[in-house]
Amino acid sequence: MAQRVLILFSHPYAEASRVNRALLNAVLDLPDVTVHDLYQHYPEQMIDVEHEQALVAEHDVLVFQHPLFWYSCPALMKNWLDTVLTFGWAYGDDADALHGKPWVHAITSGGAANVYQRMAYNQFSIAELLRPFEQTATLCGMPYLQPFLTQDVNQLDEIALQKRAAQYAQWIQGMVDGDLPPVVHTAHAPQVDFLAGV
Amino acid sequence: MADAHIPALLIQGAVYLGAAVLAVPLSKRLGLGSVLGYLIAGILIGPWGLGLIAEPETVLHFSEFGVVMMLFLIGLEIELDKLLELRTPIFGMGGLQVVLTIGLVVALGLFLHLDWRLALVAGMGVAMSSTAIAMQVLAEQGVLAQPSGRSAFAVLLFQDLAVIPLMILLLVIAPGTETATGFHMDWIAITKAIALVVVLIVGGKYLLRPILRYIANTGLREIFIAFALFLIIGVSILMTSVGLSMGLGAFIAGVLLADSEYRQELELDIEPFKGLLLGLFFIAVGMSVNLPLIMQQPWLVLGLGLGFVLLKLVLLFGLARAFGHKSQDALLFALTLSQVGEFAFVIFNAAADARIFTDNTASLLNSVVAISMLTTPLFMLLHGIYQRKRLNRKSSRHDAFEEQRAVIVAGFGRVGQVITRLLSSVGQPPTVIDFDPNQIDLMRQFGHKAYYGDITRPDVLRAAGIAKAKLLILAIDNAEDALETARYVRKHYPQVTILARARNRSYAFEYMDLEVDFVRETFAGALQLGEKVLTELGYSRFHAYRTAWRFRQHDEKLMWASHPIRNDMQQVVVNSLRMRNDLTRILTEEQQGDDKRERINQGWEQVGRPETDRI
Repeated sequence: MAQRVLILFSHPYAEASRVNRALLNAVLDLPDVTVHDLYQHYPEQMIDVEHEQALVAEHDVLVFQHPLFWYSCPALMKNWLDTVLTFGWAYGDDADALHGKPWVHAITSGGAANVYQRMAYNQFSIAELLRPFEQTATLCGMPYLQPFLTQDVNQLDEIALQKRAAQYAQWIQGMVDGDLPPVVHTAHAPQVDFLAGV
Repeated sequence: MADAHIPALLIQGAVYLGAAVLAVPLSKRLGLGSVLGYLIAGILIGPWGLGLIAEPETVLHFSEFGVVMMLFLIGLEIELDKLLELRTPIFGMGGLQVVLTIGLVVALGLFLHLDWRLALVAGMGVAMSSTAIAMQVLAEQGVLAQPSGRSAFAVLLFQDLAVIPLMILLLVIAPGTETATGFHMDWIAITKAIALVVVLIVGGKYLLRPILRYIANTGLREIFIAFALFLIIGVSILMTSVGLSMGLGAFIAGVLLADSEYRQELELDIEPFKGLLLGLFFIAVGMSVNLPLIMQQPWLVLGLGLGFVLLKLVLLFGLARAFGHKSQDALLFALTLSQVGEFAFVIFNAAADARIFTDNTASLLNSVVAISMLTTPLFMLLHGIYQRKRLNRKSSRHDAFEEQRAVIVAGFGRVGQVITRLLSSVGQPPTVIDFDPNQIDLMRQFGHKAYYGDITRPDVLRAAGIAKAKLLILAIDNAEDALETARYVRKHYPQVTILARARNRSYAFEYMDLEVDFVRETFAGALQLGEKVLTELGYSRFHAYRTAWRFRQHDEKLMWASHPIRNDMQQVVVNSLRMRNDLTRILTEEQQGDDKRERINQGWEQVGRPETDRI
């Protein structure tokens, strides 16, 4: 049976975004895939929690597609997490609305992969930077899957972008067909102690 | 020396205008309404008051011209659509009202052994209400669109229509008809009258419009007005020549033009005359109060006047109840129409001309009519006091144990309702003041604390608890009243925070002067609509939202910046140009975004910066 995939798309300037638009266009018409454009839906930033929870309940996989803003997600997506993942529904005793539903990011970033490492420009890996999301998913009982990263976007020419979009469609289609990316646990990587550097 | 060179007309004009200017504002200020002011001014300057206007003929001319002009304007307002929409109240209530009133008065007359003709004519006159007074009262009470107002309008409309058959009936029963020759003569007169009306209607339908178009095409406005006045006077003269009233002629002329494309133009052009002419009419009524005659038989005149009014009151109230009005609506309806109207003058004078009764009887009846007209403004004054007492007494009994509410919402219209609902939904129901008893009753049923009254009145504000309130929200439609109230409360209750709706920029400036926080009424709605337009034009919704928001910021900044210089037009223009250029630059830079790689900084909107590129 097909897995129903919900793409929660967050980009405040979607009209000006070349890469995210191309990726999104590639998956718009896939069956069993729902594209939910948060900024288009909630231009005034107030979220209809009941509507969102019902939408989540109707799907099996949650994909968060967004650009990396200040090493995190755009504000409305954070707002979505803060308001929709309520106590008693997403977490807490007997709260199992999200249990078993995979959580996965599809992220675009300006920087290339090699700037996301120790001693490099951005110091931390994407996996490390996304840890708050990883822990949120874990707390809600959701398998946290390996993200779909499109990096160094300013170097992507038109051909490369089309290729990337096709890969994205394939990746999403794979999830619909039950072919999920591997689960990741960055907690198993060596602990980085804040005190260590002092 | 100069006396001889001043035309009498100018002196009379000065007297009329002066009396009106003195009496009407005073009357309004005392809460008596404008109609009573005019009436009193008329009595004062009339032949039996100060005698400033001595010649009865002038009085008559002015009086008739006032009626004629008013009837033309009323005629203009009567459209076929409106007639159809109101046909039940018009023909049901109006018809019954006229027939029953005439029947009752005739029965009364016959009981008192009066001549049946006299009784019939008196009944016809008494059945009429004063369109001028009633419409003025309805407008001042703000109830034109409510059940009582609509029914009153419908009944007035029927009365207007009923005048034509009544005038013909008058000719039929004229005493001359009993002799053989007179009978013959009057049939000719009646035929002539009917023929003229037919000619007027047919001619008006086919000739009037081409002529109006021809004149309108000259582009000379004063000639257009001149033609309108010529038409009214000309038709009036024609009607008089066949024994019908001038007013009836003007009325028909008005109706003929009601559905023409020039109706609005005619109304606009004659509008400036309208108020003054109505005023003149009321002054004329005041002048026609024949004081010596009343003094001769004071009790007869007063008794008849009040008796007729009482009879109409009971009848109208019963009728309104029978047609399903609530008792409060029925009361207002009955009070509005309880006076005997200006048509009665026309009918009585015509009857005297037709020798149905003597001039003296006509004069007596006219005084009775004028007396009855004086009662209406007084009734309305009492009605207002009664309403306030009735409604507010009920409320103080109900709310005796309730704690003081922090918020007062003045006005329960479209704006006040939303605010009240919002506040109630968060458990902070406000005290509401409104001028409409139906709304007050309705709100009480839903457990709201509501006061009846005019918020510009200090006693109403006090009763609603302004002294202990924290917030006053001015949600009433009348912008002037709201501003006046804001000024009053600012001065006397400075601890109360006022929130107002500003109709436009100039009211916004007034509220800025008062340091009262406000919202521009239509601005938010217009912006929301504009946002939807941008979305339809292909903007993403968040982009449209941001653009509208920035525009709002810009506009408000502009308003604040032009506040101190608002009286210096040149500076305002320069300032607004500069600000508009700023906005254009901001919005185009945002638009060009990708290409120019140099967008205004809105956090992550500035994708082009090398630093963020690497994230």
